[in-house]
Amino acid sequence: MPVTDDGDTPTVSERDIDALFRRESRRVLATLIRLLGDFDLAEDALQDAFMAALRQWPTEGVPASPRAWLVSAGRFKAIDQLRRRARFDRAQDEIAAQLEGSADDPALLADDAIGDDRLRLIFTCCHPALAREAQVALTLREVCGLTTEEIARAFLSKPATLAQRIVRAKQKIRSAGIPYDVPGERELGERLAAVLQVIYLVFNEGYLSAGDQQVLRHDLAEEAIRLAELLVRLLPEPEACGLLALMLLHHSRRHTRLSDSGELILLEQQDRRRWDRQEIARGDALVRRALLSQRFGPYTLQAAIAAVHALAPDSESTDWAEIVGLYDLLYRQMPSAVVALNRAVAVAMRDGPGAGLELVEALLTEGELGDYHLAHAARADLCRRLGLVDQARDAYQRALTGTQQPAERRFLEKRLAELAEK
Amino acid sequence: MKYLCLVYYSEAAMQERGDDHWQSLNGECSAFGEGLRESGQMLDGSALQPVSTATTVRVRDSQVHVTDGPFAETKEQLAGFYLIEAGDLNDAIRIAGRIPPARYGSIEIRPVRDIHGESSRAVPYAESLNKD
Repeated sequence: MPVTDDGDTPTVSERDIDALFRRESRRVLATLIRLLGDFDLAEDALQDAFMAALRQWPTEGVPASPRAWLVSAGRFKAIDQLRRRARFDRAQDEIAAQLEGSADDPALLADDAIGDDRLRLIFTCCHPALAREAQVALTLREVCGLTTEEIARAFLSKPATLAQRIVRAKQKIRSAGIPYDVPGERELGERLAAVLQVIYLVFNEGYLSAGDQQVLRHDLAEEAIRLAELLVRLLPEPEACGLLALMLLHHSRRHTRLSDSGELILLEQQDRRRWDRQEIARGDALVRRALLSQRFGPYTLQAAIAAVHALAPDSESTDWAEIVGLYDLLYRQMPSAVVALNRAVAVAMRDGPGAGLELVEALLTEGELGDYHLAHAARADLCRRLGLVDQARDAYQRALTGTQQPAERRFLEKRLAELAEK
Repeated sequence: MKYLCLVYYSEAAMQERGDDHWQSLNGECSAFGEGLRESGQMLDGSALQPVSTATTVRVRDSQVHVTDGPFAETKEQLAGFYLIEAGDLNDAIRIAGRIPPARYGSIEIRPVRDIHGESSRAVPYAESLNKD
């Protein structure tokens, strides 16, 4: 983009400004929220600053630091706005005076400070005092800059409902005094876990959709990856790296998970030549980094498992012993029935389907997984491999009753049909 | 900011823990309140008599209606309150997390509203809350 430093013809198009705005708007917003102490005021100020840029930059040229210019313009627009409101509400005048009084310290706009603002924004949007749905909506809106319509479409909800959720969340941030800050060391672990959960939820919504709108959903997965990349850049905690790695490794298989006709393809049958090697390499490096820290958690371990799969040339030569070992570690940190189920499937690959079936059936008798369709699908698959056709059929049918996901249903129905041919 | 921390727990479950437990919990609460007062974070607070002593009053058409019992029957009952001064919600959560009965019941943190402040904006979404 042309800059006017040397006084040459500043041909700056609306499109250039638009691109710059897209790149900078979230950072500018994060800083404006800190300076103005109010989400809505900051958003209005951002829009006003952008309008001013569209008016001024084509004739005056793009300023040397567009970001600082936008922050500063936004701040003055907000002060104007408060002054106008002050005609009805005296209190606004005080706030405006306070804002005007606080000197425009250039240090506040240094890249470090702005990075901190983005981190503040993430932690505020994912504050545990907000409902999980509100955390997700607010993060996608404020941190990622998705429109309310885009978020509503991605989550198959009404834009009005979603807009209301965001409005209410902002209201709570203001009234309940949720601070615009990165938590201190003592709370960091717990708060980071909430942030990671939001990111992973967004990713999973994109990865295995409740509906059939694949294109949109890929966007959501990529949004989650971008968000995690930002987080890792700002706060390189091992579990943040672990989550990013996990998502990259899953995402690397995105083109091979479904056939052209939309059928689900299992890991062992996927065309590994079409896995994204660059993403696998990045994911693998991140896992190693997180494991070395010795402060890793469940995301890192799941990523490590995904990395073993990703690096194996085919299903048979996968290091199943390593995978079982990683599941053992994971189970120690996250002793859930679902983890135990996944471990059982890995044992089946290491020691044969009989050993796996024994474990899966034990888990099913314990009861917790009775309604979990993937537990029945796993049992069905092991029975099928052992030639226990009747048991396999029953289990596939039970799995079918537990899922509405179209691709999963088609997969299970296909397996049932294959059994009938035997 | 001022926050009201409402302490809830199940009176029945508390009773089952016996008198020794009750006495030591009370001692702990009193020491905690003392500390909070000294640090200037506690503006007011008190334990409450059990919910069986509650009386509810309503005025309808200028008539005063008095009934026995609390406003709503719940699994956990309001057992006491702390009015605290905290920097922000994180600060309030930190204090609430140290209230001894938080280990058994729950603490509801409510920001205090300035009654002379903005008008109905304080409950702007009440209508929509009832809808879902």
